Amino acid sequence: MAKKALFTATTLATALVASATTVQAATLDDVKARGTLTCGVSTGLAGFSEKDANGNWSGLDVDVCRAVAAAVLGGADKVQYKPLTAKERFTALASGEIDMLSRNTTWTHTRDTSLGINFAGTNYYDGASFMIMKDLGVSSATELDGANACIQAGTSTELAIADYFRENGMSYKAVTFDTSDQTRQGFESGRCDFLTSDGSQLAALRIGLANPGNAIILPEVISKEPLGPVVRQGDDQWFNIVKWSLNAMIEAEEQGVTSMNAGDMMKNGNPANKRLLGAEGELGANLGLDAEWAYRIVTQVGNYAESFERNVGMGSPLKLERGLNASWRDGGILYAPAMR
Amino acid sequence: MFKQKTIEEAKASARRSSGNSSAAFYNNPNVRAIFYQILLVFGLGYFFYSIISNVLANMEATGIKTGFSFLGASAGYDVLMTLISFESTDTYGKIFIVGFLNTLLVSAIGIVFATILGFIFGVAAFSQNLLIRKAALVYVEIFRNIPLLLQVFFWYFAVLSALPGARQSLSLGEAIFLNVRGLYLPKMVGSDLFWVAEAALGLAIVGIFVLRRWAKTRQDETGQQFPVLNTSIAMVIGLPLLALIVTGFPFTMEYPALKGFNYFGGITVIPELMALAIALSVYTGAFIAEAVRAGVQAIPHGQTEAARSIGLKEKKIMQLIIVPQAMRVIVPLLNSEYQSLVKNSTLAAAIGYPDLFNVFVGTALNQTGQAIETIFMTIIVYFVVNMVISFLMNRFNNAVALVSR
Repeated sequence: MAKKALFTATTLATALVASATTVQAATLDDVKARGTLTCGVSTGLAGFSEKDANGNWSGLDVDVCRAVAAAVLGGADKVQYKPLTAKERFTALASGEIDMLSRNTTWTHTRDTSLGINFAGTNYYDGASFMIMKDLGVSSATELDGANACIQAGTSTELAIADYFRENGMSYKAVTFDTSDQTRQGFESGRCDFLTSDGSQLAALRIGLANPGNAIILPEVISKEPLGPVVRQGDDQWFNIVKWSLNAMIEAEEQGVTSMNAGDMMKNGNPANKRLLGAEGELGANLGLDAEWAYRIVTQVGNYAESFERNVGMGSPLKLERGLNASWRDGGILYAPAMR
Repeated sequence: MFKQKTIEEAKASARRSSGNSSAAFYNNPNVRAIFYQILLVFGLGYFFYSIISNVLANMEATGIKTGFSFLGASAGYDVLMTLISFESTDTYGKIFIVGFLNTLLVSAIGIVFATILGFIFGVAAFSQNLLIRKAALVYVEIFRNIPLLLQVFFWYFAVLSALPGARQSLSLGEAIFLNVRGLYLPKMVGSDLFWVAEAALGLAIVGIFVLRRWAKTRQDETGQQFPVLNTSIAMVIGLPLLALIVTGFPFTMEYPALKGFNYFGGITVIPELMALAIALSVYTGAFIAEAVRAGVQAIPHGQTEAARSIGLKEKKIMQLIIVPQAMRVIVPLLNSEYQSLVKNSTLAAAIGYPDLFNVFVGTALNQTGQAIETIFMTIIVYFVVNMVISFLMNRFNNAVALVSR
């Protein structure tokens, strides 16, 4: 009898505890208390987020994590990276396992509106394309009828390619893999005729092939894939911090502020330079940060152009053109809202 | 004396609790028991209610979509292998069915081949031949001790990916092709009178059961044996063949042929299915072999000696005396091995075989973000499938169990 009563009491107590609704904590406070930023990145994608032999992460997406850590914690290295597959990424963000996601993720309407997440901007404008072995003699995507496609599971490319083939009255077989590395292996082993992914990823995967010269990237770009960092919905302060950390990198390029001249610009620059770097104005305080948040981003991570050149541009093995990702001043569409 | 008193007391207290109205009702153990039961039910009900409403409230607060309406929405992606026709414009609901059927397919193939392998190697462990006995030991020890995921990768990436490309396919008589994209088999396409051959096959199968019964009755009465196995094989092959000859071969063969990038036509077995089915069969087969060995060892040696003394051959002893008794031990173990196999089929996700877990919990969850709904539905499926397996195996177990007289 006593045992039974005890059991009943325990159950009731558990029920009461469970009914207390969890309160959403402010991500900024969590990150500061922890002293590190937990950032979701890819499992390894050259130029965007990859780990070198010493365990250091680098890449265009990694630089967004570093920028946020520099702004919030004062040090770009105070980041803990969490490698995630395409399938895991949103669950990891929604469950609070990571503070932000910077993992070549396409900004789509459905994701933005139904997953409980917010896209904090675009750090790379991309489009899905095709990579194919040269010896098949294919020069256009319209010749791909009946071919096998290697695709990473759970990506927006999976949807884009289905649309493209249906629209053009062609058939294909979708062979899906969990990670982009497995996708490349499948392509190399001949399981499929072509590999489809965002153009930037194709460039990255191509240099990972045993013989990159054997593969070509077809000219067709079949979809819009704006890639950007993502945060959980419901914490607007944190959303603002991530959004403006990225914008600070873009704005710094527009203003000609680089990691080299930032110190000088803070003292001797024009009013816009001084506002960005924290010598004037309240930009940092409005975000809940100190005045030199953007100064640290530029000096520790660099402006967008520096990050681009180092990771995916001419200074990297990928050698991607700026193209759409040039600043609006140089004919691209990269444009930061006004920093004032 | 002491004992006597205790019993008296117990009787008295029983009288008090049941019939005596002078005691307060809340001191009645029956009333109390019911009260606690009701309290517990309400407590549990409230516990689950609060969990669910808490989840819903939190998802609402973070802007995550809920509900099952996504099942009617167009999926927008393609699936590598479907047993029913499927296009990317079909719904998530249909994706669920497609994945479920693929799971059933690989599980069924796995169960059949694991059972065959398990019985062969399990019985081989008792062979008189040293080589066969050691081969059985090596098989069990190798495949039982390596993680299943590693075995799946081995068959897929090390074995099947090493096959030649589509243009350099291995071929057998220009009818069967094997390459890195799968196994291509010819397909029989029947025309008008093809049903006669199908009916003949059905007749042959029914005939086998009749034959078996007749042969058993005859043996019971006269002691004469009849070659049932050989006759059965002859019937299954002979009757449909005869029907085909009589009707003038009313079918055409559809051979796979290389058109553009791929082989089209015939039947395609994708390498993902092959790798997963092989890995599941070989892995589970090793465990079943151990179950069979345990079952056989549980039979006292006296049974074998008795069988020998009445002049049965070694093969017959195994077939007629040992294995039927060993089934009592083997069947309950088989049940759990089959259930493990069905659950292990979710490793499909690692190599991209489109099973339920891969296409529904993998891609559909990722595209819709509705984790709770998709995972709940998938849990129910595996639960039900395994309950059905358990039910069937229990029925089978009752049939082979020791009947006490």
